[in-house]
Parts: sequence; structure tokens; C-alpha cells
Amino acid sequence: METNPKVCCSACWHTPEKPCPELIECLLNGSKCHDAHAHSESVESRLARLRRDEVDHMVVYVGAGTCGLGAGARKTIRALRSWLARHGVEAEIVEVGCIGLCSAEPLVDIQLPGRTRVAFASITEEKVAPLMDAIAAGRIPHEMVLGQHRNPKQSPWETVPYLDEHPFFAPQKRWVLTNCGLIDPNRIDEYIARGGYRALSNTLKANTPAEVCNIVEQAGLRGRGGGGFPTGKKWKIALNTASDQKYLVCNADEGDPGAFMDRAVIEGDPHRLLEGMAIAAYAIGATKAYVYIRAEYPLAIERLKRAIQEAQQYGLLGYNILDSGFDLEINIKQGAGAFVCGEETALIHSIEGKRGMPRPRPPFPAVRGLFEKPTVINNVETLANLPALLGNGAEWFSAVGTETSKGTKVFALSGKVSRTGLVEVAMGTTLRQVVMEIGGGIPNGKRFKAVQIGGPSGGCIPEQHLDTRIDYESLKTVGAMMGSGGLVVMDEDTCMVDVAKFFMEFIQRESCGKCIPCREGTLRMLEILKRITRGRRSEKGNEALERFMGVLYMTRLAEVIKDTSLCGLGQTAPNPVLSTLRWFRDEYEAHVYERRCPAGVCTELRTFEIEPDLCEGCGLCVSKCPTAAIVGLPRRIHYIVADKCIGCGSCADVCPSHAVKLAEEEPAAATVAEKAESGAVRSIFAPDVFEGWHEGKSLLRMDDDQ
Amino acid sequence: MTVSAETKRSGATESAKTVTITVNGRSVEARQGEMLLTALKRAGIRVPTLCHLENLFPSGACRMCVVEVDGFANLVPSCACPVTEGMSVKTHSPRALRARKTILELVLANHPDDCLYCVRNDNCELRALAAELGVRQRRYVGERRQQKEDLSSPALVRDPEKCILCGKCVRVCEEVQGVGAINFVGRGSATRIAVAFDEGINLSSCIYCGQCIMVCPTGALREQSHIKEVMDALKNPEKFVVVQHAPSVSVTIGEEFGLKPGADVEGLLVAALRELGFDRVFDTAFAADLTVMEEASELVHRIKTGGKLPMMTSCSPGWIKYVEEFYPDFIENLSTCKSPQQMLGAIIKNYFAEKQNIAPEKIFSVAVMPCTAKKFECGRMEMLHEGIPDVDAVLTTRELVRVLRMRGMDFKSLTPQVADTPFGDRSTAGKLFGATGGVMEAAVRTAHYLLTGTDLPDLKVEAVRGMTGVKQARLHIEGKDIGIAVVSGLGNASRLLDEIRAGRNDLHFIEVMTCPGGCIAGGGQPHSTNLNAVKERMQALYRIDREGTIRTAHGNPAIKRIYQEFLGEPLSEKSHHLLHTHYHKRDVLV
Amino acid sequence: MTDVETTQEKTTVVDRILTEYPQGKRDALIPILQEVQAQQGYLSREAIVKIGKHLGLAASKIYGVATFYNQFRFQPLGKFHIQVCRGTACHVKNSTAVLDTLRRELKIEPGETTRDGLFSLEVVACVGACGLAPVICVNGEFYASMTPAKTRRLIEEIRERAEEHGN
Repeated sequence: METNPKVCCSACWHTPEKPCPELIECLLNGSKCHDAHAHSESVESRLARLRRDEVDHMVVYVGAGTCGLGAGARKTIRALRSWLARHGVEAEIVEVGCIGLCSAEPLVDIQLPGRTRVAFASITEEKVAPLMDAIAAGRIPHEMVLGQHRNPKQSPWETVPYLDEHPFFAPQKRWVLTNCGLIDPNRIDEYIARGGYRALSNTLKANTPAEVCNIVEQAGLRGRGGGGFPTGKKWKIALNTASDQKYLVCNADEGDPGAFMDRAVIEGDPHRLLEGMAIAAYAIGATKAYVYIRAEYPLAIERLKRAIQEAQQYGLLGYNILDSGFDLEINIKQGAGAFVCGEETALIHSIEGKRGMPRPRPPFPAVRGLFEKPTVINNVETLANLPALLGNGAEWFSAVGTETSKGTKVFALSGKVSRTGLVEVAMGTTLRQVVMEIGGGIPNGKRFKAVQIGGPSGGCIPEQHLDTRIDYESLKTVGAMMGSGGLVVMDEDTCMVDVAKFFMEFIQRESCGKCIPCREGTLRMLEILKRITRGRRSEKGNEALERFMGVLYMTRLAEVIKDTSLCGLGQTAPNPVLSTLRWFRDEYEAHVYERRCPAGVCTELRTFEIEPDLCEGCGLCVSKCPTAAIVGLPRRIHYIVADKCIGCGSCADVCPSHAVKLAEEEPAAATVAEKAESGAVRSIFAPDVFEGWHEGKSLLRMDDDQ
Repeated sequence: MTVSAETKRSGATESAKTVTITVNGRSVEARQGEMLLTALKRAGIRVPTLCHLENLFPSGACRMCVVEVDGFANLVPSCACPVTEGMSVKTHSPRALRARKTILELVLANHPDDCLYCVRNDNCELRALAAELGVRQRRYVGERRQQKEDLSSPALVRDPEKCILCGKCVRVCEEVQGVGAINFVGRGSATRIAVAFDEGINLSSCIYCGQCIMVCPTGALREQSHIKEVMDALKNPEKFVVVQHAPSVSVTIGEEFGLKPGADVEGLLVAALRELGFDRVFDTAFAADLTVMEEASELVHRIKTGGKLPMMTSCSPGWIKYVEEFYPDFIENLSTCKSPQQMLGAIIKNYFAEKQNIAPEKIFSVAVMPCTAKKFECGRMEMLHEGIPDVDAVLTTRELVRVLRMRGMDFKSLTPQVADTPFGDRSTAGKLFGATGGVMEAAVRTAHYLLTGTDLPDLKVEAVRGMTGVKQARLHIEGKDIGIAVVSGLGNASRLLDEIRAGRNDLHFIEVMTCPGGCIAGGGQPHSTNLNAVKERMQALYRIDREGTIRTAHGNPAIKRIYQEFLGEPLSEKSHHLLHTHYHKRDVLV
Repeated sequence: MTDVETTQEKTTVVDRILTEYPQGKRDALIPILQEVQAQQGYLSREAIVKIGKHLGLAASKIYGVATFYNQFRFQPLGKFHIQVCRGTACHVKNSTAVLDTLRRELKIEPGETTRDGLFSLEVVACVGACGLAPVICVNGEFYASMTPAKTRRLIEEIRERAEEHGN
């Protein structure tokens, strides 16, 4: 092991006061400043060891990101240790980040000396012994195999498919995620051995800050946090604003429900982020940087802290980095949980110790930001793109992508899709490829309904637009937006009104509460959606009329919220409603007019029935029913009183004989009215609606302004 | 005496460069960098606002002032949009009007709608906007928030259901007054304005200045009303009801009855109060003269005997509470004089009661004040004499207007009357108490007399006049060099105290008024109060002083008489017993 | 332990944390609150008032900041702190049913603690384990692909374990 990490070998004469400008080159190609090589091993063998091209005993890699740990990786590791101890096998266990295929967690890779590394899927603790027994017997258990890594320096396993041919990985272009799940995130040497920090080292030597800004602008890199503002342009504003102190802030406050890209990058390859930050800080002239990261990501924080420490030891952060005269101090600020802090000015307030409420812009943060100083705020993925961008040049970067959107984009694919996880694709890839090929389509033979992209600011894209190409502009044409990268797939069992309601519920809670259109408007929209999904049994007085009025004014309300809100959160808040309204109007109509939820999700609109032939009269349902809506004598057939039933489904959950069923279809409104006339049902739908008409209020007239 | 002023002014940041912008098709001159709203206002174009506060950084919260600006995709809030050359603006386009109306409807969606019963029904900004924008029905129906009124404090009442979260109260409390008793709490649609831990105001550091009431656009904040107590006393034949009115009230109240700002209606006010049935009408300015006598003597005494300096005035009860809570180390610096209201209260229930042979407990003493903190002050333990309060009830100017309207009084057509003796005769120095710098000016006049035996050649002390928040000057009297400072707004006071804490020692006497501009802009004044009206009121006080015959406290014959007949001399034992008090450190609970 | 002793103990914890932030700048506020909560499990009134004095901030400011962020609690946690993820992926996979089950089983609402102090319930923004939706988290440990039935079993298990421990 290296004695003094700031030098390439013990013969090196550099000191912390006079750091070596060529450290990275020396580590990769041998010393440049002196001949004597005091390493016990050659540079090549050292690199081969660090890249694990050559291993002298078995190496077991376990995906130990948050997702892996959630799936039981900790128990898997314990089982592995005990198996190794029991069998007296010497092996190294390496905890790596997430390779991206969350649905196959816990992932275990095994590499035997001289052979390629093989990945095995879903190795929960009980599968450890069968797997290891097979390996010990020199056999690859094919039923567990995901694929083998390609490495020309090692001999491959025959009959084992390559990982890069796996349908999940094949269509991907992994620039940001290239190291995730492969390297030990806790070792800077492994990152350097794979070419890490070379881009920073070369940039500091070869480029002025203004040149770096130009390269990034030419490459066409745009903010990956959602807005898509050209990164180089933003930098230039900050670079050209004179100030004694400037700040770089890395926004890792991934608050989008349904997104976990940033976490995976930090957990799997933290040095890529740090290198990107160093490049960005150099480009804008910042000497202090913050990583604003969610406190809910303890593992990412721990890895990041360690990475910062290591980089400081190597002189890649701190004072006079690689003798370039450039200093950078990176601090971690833990976000305390507020979605709105993804907004730049809110994030600044939060770092300053205030309520995360956005302020009007101008002045823009690049002119006056954190502590009133010029501040550039970039998202994790944007920054993690920089090492490869600077390393390969603007042309290389802009060769991939579409006219307006260059490079790749990382998505967190989740929901009703066979393979969930982290996906990185070239801009311009279609959504269909991502959902159907990479994600493997919809499981359980269900039909695809929509894919939600962009989180609470984005929209739901239906089947007919699944061939939309992923870029900032195309997504807008179908009422969605890039957002930070959550992709949630929905199938026929998802109710789109319920999805819209879910997002409004989220937004009205996560709004900072400052400006009226966002604070009050999103609550009003939620109330309108709640009225639509409320069963008529619980409607009183004028509420049916209000339900109609709400729908009538919803679009207008949405437009005003978009047009007048203070920050991006409010300006995009109505998108989930507008996009579902646009593509799934029939579902809204079924809720409003027919009072039924086609997907059977909105509980209040559901009605349950007990099938008399199956009911055994056990009475379990009676004890669980929260509204005492079920009647029946013991050991006799039970009945559900429709007017009392709130559709919660508790009865269906507990029924041992599966006698409780969702009633096929709600009777149509007309039928209800007829029944009401004949006195067959008590709760009546139609008359309430007509109350308004009697007063001479035409629904149309009510939207008139004057 | 010579006076050298060291007025501090904050530098304006806008450049003087003018630009031309197009508003609704016509050219308008504006200053480069100023906010669009300011330029529009100057051009006579009214764009409604709910959260805008003059001279503070725009918060951009209410979005009522949105306008269409060419080149911007979204509507732009004019309060936070810097003017640039060639900008083209539409202020009342259909799109802007629709947005404003919708935003207002959103606020109204869950409003209590009890306008008929609301204290602000005649001057609610929300109601006025609803009329202006033609809101005719509740199109967005919002669930009502059930929140309790906070009746815990002796001076203020908060009704959170009527709060529209414009945040002006929070900003005034923190940025202008430096108190921060209330803040935004919670987030999203659950955001509310509250005291720490959602406690009552009485447990907070609130100093009851009422500036929050002055900026509140709705009925969410109001004073704790004493109207009922006063009316009950007036109809009780057992009670002898006396009233005093503060110096600033007479130059303010006329505005509410159609007179132009700055009209002095002292005679009408006295007539109106008498018409209401008060047995005696006294002038607080008389007690202000008394305060000057005591306070100037105390200052001279402190200077001569090496007492605690700088001495600080104690007329403003919000300021007293502020020192008790935030700067207890300065309590010794406070003058021991009670405020004029409390001095007169004490004199009425002792000297007057004795003279008129009325039992003190039969007297009901009312004060008409521009102030909400006075309601708190009159109930302080220090202000009780053997369990009887010096002052029983305080009506703000606003409340008095309500009472007068209730009685159907045609204020303007009353015949002016003069206040009752012996406490109706005042000097114009006492009258100056109504504006920032007034106490100082009056005290300087008398201190000069006490030190030299002669009056100032020119009684007007220009250096302490005007609206500026911090005014400083040096007086040279008989070879003595005296440093004075006049501060209004507690944020300004706090900065000065911090300087003194840090070692500044060139000041001898400091006047502090809680409200920016002094009592003429007090928290109990009419809601129509604006900067222009405040300036007019101030000029009215200066006019009264200029035209007055008795212009010094020590020259007031009524003052001379009370010392001869009752008190003896300033700082006498009787004075100490009735007119002075001591304050103590106060722990803020939340 | 008496109440007085508890208060004193808390006081010293807060004091110790505050000594780590000697300059008392405003931007230290959130880290201090996080640290105090990490040590005490919640933010007590005494702690908030003390922090306010240290930083020269009104208690209302600190309360305003603390109530703005999801992380901060003003009640002690239960012995088992259950967090239910409310991310999109979890919602689509019916996390509402899981939350309803917990509500019914524990008879508390999110943000509350059961009277026996055994459970506290919290609804959290996406925990970023969307691939495993729906997830809940008990004392930091993830439970993936939850259903109402699995949830009920988990609660029963914890109760049994707690009882064994108690005996």
C-alpha cells in the first residue's frame, strides 16, 4: 500500500506544500518526475489489481446500495461469511453500489481467479448456500445467473450469457453509471485506476475557467435536475460576476417521489461526483462547495463523507489542488426533508438555516445566491457527467443525443414493470424502448396504461405516445417534462384520477406555502379531485353541484396556477392533472358522470358484493368492517348493505373463502335516477345536480367573468 | 446653545438614470432598476397588492400585482420586477385580470365570510378587491380551516381563519420591529402564522405595538376592544368617567370623518367626547408636560450626579417591554418616569379625586390612545395603586371612531370646545409628543431652562424633527457637550443598543418610540394610515407648536400650579410615589 | 428516574451539541436541530428555546424552520418507529392499503405515537427504494413489497417480541 497518498511512490519528492501536478498521470503511467521506482509492484500489475483484472482468490461482490440492503443484502453477506468460514474458503467480499437492476436484488457477483465475473440475481440468504455449493463444485448454477461481465483479460464461462447482452443492459448507454455496481465506492484507488480524476487533472493544466465553460456549453450539456437550462451558460453568468467569494452547490435533494438516481450515483461512484464538482467549481471560480443531500440517504452521506476525506488525502480536494493554485472545500449539508428545496432559491435559504421558501428572481443565484454571493447550483447527474465530458471533449459528448438534448439521461424505472431499477439511455431513445425492452413490459399479463415521467412536475404519457423520444422538448409536446428522472409505469389497474389526486396531495403538502396560487390553488385542485372520487353516499347538500363546478373550473384554475406561481414547483404543479385530463378524459368522465372508477381503485366508488354460493357465514368480514355494513347470522349467508359500504375492501382482504367480490359495474346515473323515482334507493344523484338549474344558473354561464 | 446634527440616512441604491417603458401603450418614465410597481404607482396606474410593504425587500407572495410583460412567458409580479429600458407592460389585460380574480377567489374559497360581523368590514382590503374584480359567487369551494381565535393577550386578538398569509405582520414584526414574535409555521396548505409552539400571544415576546394590525389587509388582527367596558361605565350612574386623549389623536381622527390628513380637530374631539357623556375631558399633553418636567430633571440629575447614562425615554410601552425582554441590561438606563397616560391616570385618581372628593374606586378613567400597547400598560402590576389601576380602559383612535359612529355623531358640525381644567391646559411642547423627536425636543427646551435658567433663543430643534428612523445630534449647553439620539422603530433601536453594548459612550439621552414615526403612526391609528398621512400629521403638530403661545412645559401655568399645590417640585417624594416606577427583566417563555 | 433528572440530562445533551457550534451562525441552525433530534429523538421546547438563545434567534423563527421540514418531530418516538413511503411507485403499488392497515392496527395517525410508547407512525417522502415498492421502514430496516397481510404479520411479530422482552 502507498505510504503517502499525495505522491505516486516513496521515491517521489513532492510534499503537501508542493503537491505534484502530475499525480494522476504518475499513478496511471509511472512516475514522470523521477526515475527510481520504489513500488514493490509494477504500475501495470498494480492497476490490474485495482481494476480486478487479476485476482488471486475468489472475490464476491455484493450490491449493497440502499436497494440491495432493502432486499436483504446484509443478511446475504452474513450468510456468505458463515459459508466461507464453514468451508474454509478464502475469499474477499466487496460491497459495491447498485448496478441498477433493483428487481434482481440482492445481486451477488462472483469472480474466480482467471475467470470472468458472473452476476447472480436475487441471492437472498437462503440461496447463498446452494449458490456457493455449486461454485465450490466448479459449476455455475444457471437458474440464478444474470450474466457474466465482459473482460478480454479473463477467460469467459461458456454457456453463460454476457451481461451487456441482457435485455436490461443492452439498450443502455452507461456514462454516468459506468462504475456503479462494479467498483468499491469506498476506494479512491479503484476510481483512479479506471481513469478517474484524469479529466480534472488535465483540465486544471490545460484550460482556463472560461474555456471550461465554453467546452461545456459547446457540448450542449443541460441541467439534469429538470429545467434543462444550459449548464455552460449558467456557469458563465457566475464566472463573469465579480465577487470575493463564489459557491458551487450540488443539489442532491432528490425529493421526487419515484426517483433515486442521485442516491445510486453517490452510493455507487461518489468520486465521479466529486471530480465533477471540482471541475465545475474551477470553471466558475468557486472555492467553497456544498452538497445538499437528503438526510434520508444515510448510506450515501456516509460514502460521500469518506470519499471527500480520501480525495483530500490525495490532494484532489483542499488547498492548491495538484499544484494548480485552485482550492476547493466541499461541505455536506443534510436536507431536512422538503421537496421544494429542489428549487434553487429555496435550497439557498435552507442552507442558510431558514425556511425553504423561494424568493422572486431576479436576482438569479448565479448573480446573488448563497450568503448573497454568486452561486451555481447543479444537480448530481449534471456534475457526474463532467468527468467524461471533459475527458473526451465536447464533440464526443454532443455526438450522442438529439438536436437539442445531448448525452444520456438516467432514469429510475419503477412501478408496474417487470424489471425495475436504474437505467441510463442516450437522449432520443423512445419511451417504448425503456418500458418495453429495458423494463421488460408489464408483468402478470396486464395491459400498459401510462408512464409517469418527471414526478410532480411532469405528466402521464399514454400508449399512443409511447414512441415519443426522450428529450427536453419532445416530452413537453405531450404534456410531460424531463424532470429529474423518475419513470413510473402504470397498468390497467391504475386509476389516473387517483394518480392525479396523489400528486396534488403531494404538492399541496410540499408547497412552501408562500404564494397564493400554489398554496391555495393546489389545495383547491385536490379538493376538486377528492369530490370526484367521493362516493355519492357521503355527498351532502350542494356537494354534487360543487363537484360539477369544480371540474368546470379546473382547467382555468390550472392555467392561472401555472401562469402566476412564484417558483417552478407551482408553475408545474398542475401538470399531472392537466396531462391526465388530456389523455385520460374518459376516466374522469366515468368518475364524474357515471360515478365509477374503471380501474376499481377509488374505494368510495367501489361496491362489494358477497357471492352467496361461496359465503360460509364465518363472520370474519363483519368483525373487520369499519362501518358495520355487513349483516348476517352466524353460519348463514351474509350481505353487504350498499348504502353503508365505503368500499374499503377490508372484508375482501379477510374472507377465507374469497366470497367477497367487487361489484362488476356501478349502475349508470340514469338507472340511479330511475331507481330514485321508484323509491328503490335512498341516495339519489340526479336531483342535487338539478338544484343549480332551478336557480337559473347555467353551467356555461358560470365560467363567464362578467 | 448650539446643535450639530448627525442625521444618518440610508443610501438609495437605485441609479438616477431614467428609462422609458411602455405601459398599456403609453410611454412612462421610470428609474433604471427600480421595481415596476413603483414606476406604475408614480405614473398613476394602480395595480392591486396584498403583500407589498413599502421600503422592504419584495416578498412576491400574493401574486396580485402580476402584469403581462413582453418577452416573459409567465405573468410577472410587478413588485419584484426591475424596470429595464424599452420594457413593454400590460397591467390590466384580460389575462392579468383573470389571474388576479382567480387568485382572489382562491383566497376567498375558505374565508369565513362573516363580513357583516367583521371588525374590518368598512375597510377590508380583501372585500374592496372582491368588489373591484367583480367576484359575484364562490366558484371554488374550499374546506374551512377550523382555527381558534387567540384572545390570550391584553392588547391584540388574532383570528387565524381570516388570515390570508400575506406575511406582512411577520415581516413588520421581524424586519421593522426586530421582535419576531410570530412566524410562518408549517408548510404547504397547512402553513399558518403562529407564535412558537402554537402558543398564545401572551406567552410570546410580542410587545403589543400593533404594527401588525396596521399592515393586516383583513380582520385577522385587531385590538382587544375596550368599547364595551367604556360604554358600560358611561351608562353607570355610580361611575365618574373621565377621559384623556393623546397628543396624536386630534391630528388624526379628522381623517376618518372626511377631513384632510393633518387637520387638527382638538376642539371637535373634546366636544365629541363630552357629547358621549364623559364627566371630564382631559388632555394627555398636560401629562406630557409633567413628564417633561420630571424627565428633564431626572436627566439633569443623572448628568450632575453621575447617574446611569445614556438615559432613555419611557413613554412608549412597547419599547419598555422590548427592553425588559431583549435588553434587560439597559433597564437601569430607562427613565423612571411613567408614561404621560399613566401619570395623568395617577394624578386623576389621587390629586383630582382628593380635590373633587370622589372615591378613587368610583372613578373610571379612560384613555384615548393611538396605541395598542397602552392597553397592556394600563394593566401592568407597576401601574396599580392599592389594587386600583391608574387607568381603567384604553380606546384606540380606531375604537373611538367606532364609538362616535355608533352614536351617530356628525363630527364635523360639532361646536369646538375646550378641555376641562385643571388637566386640559397644555403647552405645545407636550403636544409634540405625538411625533418622533417630540419628547426630545420638549425635554431639550426644559433641560436648557433647568441648566441655564433661560429659554432657548429658538425653541425649534430641527435636528430631531422629521421621519428619519435614527436622528442624532450634539448639544452644547453652557460648555456641556450632550449627545442625543432619537429613534423610532425598534429595529433601529436595537441596532443603536448593540452599538452601546459594544462600547459606544458618547450619548446622554435617547428618545425611543416603538412605532416608526412615533405615535402619529401608532398601532392604534386608523387603517387608512399611510406614509403621506403620517407626514401631514407630523406637520400639523409642528404647526400647532409654531402657532402656540405656551411652548415649554415649564412655562405651562397648569404645571406650575400642580407643583405648587400638590407635588412640590420635580423628583419630589410625591412625584416618586405617583409618577415614577421601576421595570424588571422579563423572561420570554417561548 | 424522576422528571427533573430527565430534564437536566436533556439540557446537558443540548449544551454539549451547542458547544460544537461556538460562532452561533444562522446557517448552523438546521445541523444543530438535526443533531439534537438524533440524540433525543425529538425537539423539546427547552431545546428550541436554548438553541434560540445560543444563535440569537427568536423561538418563533426556530419553530418556523423546524415545522417547515419533514424531518423534525416534537414528540418522542415510539420504541418501533414505522415509516411508510409515500412515493409514486409505492402509491401505484397500493401503499395506501398498507398505511390504512397500520392506522387501523395501531390506532394512531401519522406523526403520533401509541400510548404504550411502542409504535410511532410516520409517512415519509420517497425513500428511494422504488424498485422494491411498496416499502416500509421499521427503525431503519426496510421491508419490501408490503401488503396489508404482511403488514399485520409484522406488527404482530413486533408485539410478540416486545412482550417477550418485557417479560
